[in-house]
Amino acid sequence: MTLAAETYDELREIAARYPQARSGLLPMLHLVQSVEGRVTPEGIHACAEVLGLTPAEVSGVATFYTMYKRHPVGTHHVGVCTNTLCAVMGGDEIFACLREKLEVGNDETTADAPGLQSITLEHIECNAACDYAPVVMVNWEFFDNQTPESASQLVDDLREGREVVASRGARITSWREAERVLAGFEDGLVDEGPAAGPASVVGLELARERGWAAPADVHGSADVPEEPSEAVEEADTRRAESETIAEEASDD
Amino acid sequence: MSDVTLKIDGADVTVPEGTLVIRAAEQVGIEIPRFCDHPLLAPVGACRQCLVDIPDAGNGRGFPKPQASCTIPVAEGMVVETQNSTAVKAQHGIMEFLLVNHPLDCPVCDKGGECPLQNQAMSHGQGETRFEGTKRTFPKPINLSPNVLLDRERCIVCQRCTRFAAEIPGDPGIALIQRGAQQQIGIAEDKPFSSYFSGNVIQICPVGALTSDDYRFRARPFDLVSTPSVAEHDACGAAIRIDHRRGKVMRRLAGNDPEVNEEWISDKDRFGFRYAVRDRLTSPMIREDGELRPASWLEAVAVAAAGLAAAGSVGVLPGGRLTLEDAKAYATFARDTLRTPHIDFRSRPLSEEETEFLRSRVAGTSVTYADLDAADHVVLVGLEPEDEAGTLFLRLRKANKAGLRITTLSPYASEGSRKLGAEVVLTAPGAEKDALSQVNGVTDASVILVGERLATSQGAYSAAADLADRTGARLAWVPRRAGDRGAVEAGLLPGEGGLDADGIVRAGLDALLVAGVDPDDTADPDAFLAALDRAGFVVSLEQRVTAVTERADVVLPVATASEKAGTFVTWEGRRRPFEKVFDKPAAYSDAEVLGHITTSLVEPASAASGVETNTASSSAEGDRVGLDTPPPPSLREGAPSLGASGRASSPDDLTRSPSGSGGSTDEGGFHLATWHLMLDNGTLQSGDKALAATARPAFVRIPAALHEQLGDVVTITGDRGSWTLPALPAELAEGTIWVPTNSFGRGVWADLASPGSTVSVEGAK
Amino acid sequence: MTDTLTPVLTANWGDERAWTLPAYAEQGGYDALDVALGMAPEDVQTMVKDSGLRGRGGAGFPTGVKWGFLPPPDPENPKPRYLVVNADESEPGTCKDIPLMMASPHTLVEGVIISSYAIRAERAFIYVRGEVLHVIRRLQAAVREAYAAGHLGTNIHGSGYDLDLVVHAGAGAYICGEETALLDSLEGRRGQPRLRPPFPAVAGLYASPTVINNAESIASVPAIVKNGADWFAGMGTEKSAGVGIFSLSGHVKKPGQYEAPLGITLRKLIELAGGVREGHELKFWTPGGSSTPLFTQEHLDVTLDFEGVQAAGSMLGTRALQIFDDSVCVVRAVLRWTEFYKHESCGKCTPCREGTWWLVQVLERLEKGDGKPEDLDLLLDQCDNILGRSFCALGDGATSPITSSIQYFRDEYLAHLEQGGCPFDPATSTAWAESK
Repeated sequence: MTLAAETYDELREIAARYPQARSGLLPMLHLVQSVEGRVTPEGIHACAEVLGLTPAEVSGVATFYTMYKRHPVGTHHVGVCTNTLCAVMGGDEIFACLREKLEVGNDETTADAPGLQSITLEHIECNAACDYAPVVMVNWEFFDNQTPESASQLVDDLREGREVVASRGARITSWREAERVLAGFEDGLVDEGPAAGPASVVGLELARERGWAAPADVHGSADVPEEPSEAVEEADTRRAESETIAEEASDD
Repeated sequence: MSDVTLKIDGADVTVPEGTLVIRAAEQVGIEIPRFCDHPLLAPVGACRQCLVDIPDAGNGRGFPKPQASCTIPVAEGMVVETQNSTAVKAQHGIMEFLLVNHPLDCPVCDKGGECPLQNQAMSHGQGETRFEGTKRTFPKPINLSPNVLLDRERCIVCQRCTRFAAEIPGDPGIALIQRGAQQQIGIAEDKPFSSYFSGNVIQICPVGALTSDDYRFRARPFDLVSTPSVAEHDACGAAIRIDHRRGKVMRRLAGNDPEVNEEWISDKDRFGFRYAVRDRLTSPMIREDGELRPASWLEAVAVAAAGLAAAGSVGVLPGGRLTLEDAKAYATFARDTLRTPHIDFRSRPLSEEETEFLRSRVAGTSVTYADLDAADHVVLVGLEPEDEAGTLFLRLRKANKAGLRITTLSPYASEGSRKLGAEVVLTAPGAEKDALSQVNGVTDASVILVGERLATSQGAYSAAADLADRTGARLAWVPRRAGDRGAVEAGLLPGEGGLDADGIVRAGLDALLVAGVDPDDTADPDAFLAALDRAGFVVSLEQRVTAVTERADVVLPVATASEKAGTFVTWEGRRRPFEKVFDKPAAYSDAEVLGHITTSLVEPASAASGVETNTASSSAEGDRVGLDTPPPPSLREGAPSLGASGRASSPDDLTRSPSGSGGSTDEGGFHLATWHLMLDNGTLQSGDKALAATARPAFVRIPAALHEQLGDVVTITGDRGSWTLPALPAELAEGTIWVPTNSFGRGVWADLASPGSTVSVEGAK
Repeated sequence: MTDTLTPVLTANWGDERAWTLPAYAEQGGYDALDVALGMAPEDVQTMVKDSGLRGRGGAGFPTGVKWGFLPPPDPENPKPRYLVVNADESEPGTCKDIPLMMASPHTLVEGVIISSYAIRAERAFIYVRGEVLHVIRRLQAAVREAYAAGHLGTNIHGSGYDLDLVVHAGAGAYICGEETALLDSLEGRRGQPRLRPPFPAVAGLYASPTVINNAESIASVPAIVKNGADWFAGMGTEKSAGVGIFSLSGHVKKPGQYEAPLGITLRKLIELAGGVREGHELKFWTPGGSSTPLFTQEHLDVTLDFEGVQAAGSMLGTRALQIFDDSVCVVRAVLRWTEFYKHESCGKCTPCREGTWWLVQVLERLEKGDGKPEDLDLLLDQCDNILGRSFCALGDGATSPITSSIQYFRDEYLAHLEQGGCPFDPATSTAWAESK
């Protein structure tokens, strides 16, 4: 089965974003996954055709990156961070728990069961959320500060098709829809979720509590001047003010 | 570029600026161990085996850590230590890592005995490993192509093969796949590695990871005898090495000749050698009561001599597989023994215009591969290097990557042209003359390369000559067969009042002497066969059973290239002498056989002794029997120039050429463009199954609009027949379709259409 | 004296809908762009150079100096210039760029525009790791908003300057944080490091002059432009100027992001974070991710600036402070990191590819108690054969946890052999261990 004409059009659209079409290959492979549920030989041929590469060259790229899957991925992809810090903080236990619960090994997908969504379970490397350890990712959305119990509930909800909302992110759609966003096609969910989780602002809140700030409080003013020249003046003024404050502070 | 002096292991070395340390070391005989490094591939620094200590980078400061000498350029005053404790520790460390996952199965490995890993592990390793763990294993082996196999656990992922494929022929059909410790060489799931040059990856693999289906498990390197030779499959003169055991070729490898093929050869040159053992003629034969029967050399030669002597008129068609020595023997034989002017080496469509062109513009000239490197512009006309001249293709591609501009006047924008970075001027067959008059940017530093296909394009050779004369550009003719250029040098063209090959076929001469000619290659195969039937007496000098031997009155077996010494002349005009590989007692070169016939004609009674003598001692001297007769007059004398003699083509000759129009033809048909794919049904490829399996699938190329209309299978009908074939859309000259010459049936000229004619194309019938 | 914590990049993270353009503009967002566009590009470059900003991705190379490596435009052979933002944050322990881009993507976008202007780039790319969906959404939307508001595209703010910016999602490869591997990846290839020279400044993306900077570095630029080079240089230490985000994770009471002047100590940071987990003591920590040699209790007062950390035998790296208390087995931690390097080794060079394969096997048997004391020397020798021999810094990084842990905890390795296994109970180190 070759890909649909619309998919070819979108592949070309991705390639056209770049000065050199080949730069589009990574997002193009994300799109292939969103359409095919994995990187299929047909998808490889389509990318090769659009970019004027050999299928071998595309395969070389597709097999280099861990987000590209050669086997069908479930409705949802659940990644448990088991890099050192998360592992120590309980990631190992969470992964073992989910493995047992879902009866799958690493990078395997649950067997089809009527009325249940399938899940692909994988242990993943550090996902840059160490201050929320242990971390679980669902379709590459953050689920922070997990425990075996919370993770177990999470996969139950996913399997049963109940609404699940990321700790810092949007409500969960599906792995394929997530892959489409990675291909550069927005899904309208950007405004869901908070700006930052609690750990992200722990230092900020402490600073506010204690009245600490950088010498110029660059983000403090609400009435921002429209004209650039005024902005400069305003900045200068604020710097002068903050310098005064700093001097006062150092007097303490 | 200025020179730089540095110190390597205490020795001063002066090399050009920009030289890599590893190359500089070679110049003073210091061997730094290496795997990924290859002088003809871009440096990659992957294997790290060539680490050296550089205590002074030339600025008084050293590198804190060992450096890869394959990627670091020399600097004035640099101090390099390749054997101090730092360097040795680093090299041992890398070697140990390489062997961690290597199976160490040298005793059962084809590479054992000639393996850079094995050798360098001995010279630069510790002898014992500290690794006690589990080795990486893979199911073995996998087919990268029908002919190239990969044993992944032996691979050290140096990337020589993938770099070769991408950089040299431009066929990146193998690639690194996976990552980290699982990284391996691979292909796309459903797409085997396809390259006319795929065998080179086996040869440059520094371990036993890549093997050929052909040679795998067939021999040990130390049991083989190696003889350098020259490839006989095209006019490029690639240096090869023939490895043989007990009279049998086990494999062929690329020789290293920087002036010609560097270190690369085509797969045809490498894997095409079984023709020499299949369907071979084993003894002379003579026709008796309509049937061929084996005969002694004495008898057969006597019959041949008698038959030729009795004939009133004899035509000689020696074909294109000859060495220069054989060609000269034919020239002498025709002129002095048979006293016939009817001789022509060409065994494919030809023209009177070409005859003159070869005499006046090709014989005695020289344009070399190096001249192509130095050129500012190379114009290709009627020539598809990737298919027709593999070595030339690689050299042109390399030159293009270094900046050479290439223009090709071609009926379709082929993959080969794309790989050459060539600007394609779409030119319908027959329209080359006009197209040549419009080529821009040709100067006295340019080179025009014309192919033998121009014989079917009226005025094209002359237009090429005009272009060269007008601009001062140099001109060279690139034929397809190894003996073609030598035949031109030997003067195997019609003499005064002589008939060319087409004329000989038409004329109904009394007798024909035919050597390496496949009738199906000629302009009118049926006419050729009819001429054989019609001739009162036919002598065939052949290697194998062919349509000619089946019709001959006397069949005299001759030696293949590996059974005789000789010289091929490349398209450049370069002499490529080679030695005899196999000393087979009854294998006579064409020249020897002609010598026997001559002897028999001159003194019939003594013929027997002459034959027996040569049979008994087929020495180097014996090989030259045919040359014992006086050499032919100098080529220049024998070949009046076009200008001097003013021999113009007769109107009758011109009718054989197609019209020069690039548009669709009057009848609404299509111009038939054609050339031979490198791997096709050619005689010298028969029997090499793995090679044949790597041939590109043959397709007809038709205009995209037509493809849209007719689909993937079309029926083409010409004046000689009809073919229903798979078709692909392509960018073609207007009103043109392209069909591979010899990939279907008996070939285009026998089954489909006459040269220069038009064909019709319809949906599949 | 500068305050202990100095929120600059993090200052607006708590704001309502901070990721949107209106919210960012309300806090003075894109004012710095006007300031920059009112200056000559060279002057913006000089300003960044004078600020003392050093690369926040780990290497600490002065950002303005890096920009200065671009060859002057060649009228004979005009080549486009590119700015590429390295937002492939994957170094274990590092978690600063991701929250920054999620909370305030416009800070980065504005930084990209100003930096591109400064180096006269006509195209810019944000290469963000693929495994952070919501961050990518926020970046995509921010770029879309910026185009709509005239901050990107042609004739930005009427200045005549044009810039296009593409958000590019990676696909899972730690090595792409290495800048030349990132370029190959951005060109649609396998993310394997390139030979240098040529350096990216001369022949980077598409063989054109290219600057590659870490996301935090580029995000720091608007504040520098707005407040001046002296303002930035006035914070931090003499050679390690300005502020940076310190990411505390692991066994502290309040893990999270702490933005402070460079030169703060871990002692101070742990104090701010409420101390190490109750009833436990600090055992070892990484100053800048797993590729930086481990520190212990004895390094609590090392000043966390480039010079201070280096002098103490490690690297400031990405200020990824992973805190491990005494419940953690160092051998287990090091083995897991080594497995990570093995998994992420790109495979290009022998020592990294084969070395990490082998290291894991030796560490595995040590952890199980199956090893021999000599294995420690074997490990150190393997590391010696990798360090400085591999093609890029990934191989070097792989050796850091091993050599440093053997340096500080040799006895703990030996204890595994003596006891025939790991003396630690992994359950005691989990986040929920205390509450159970």
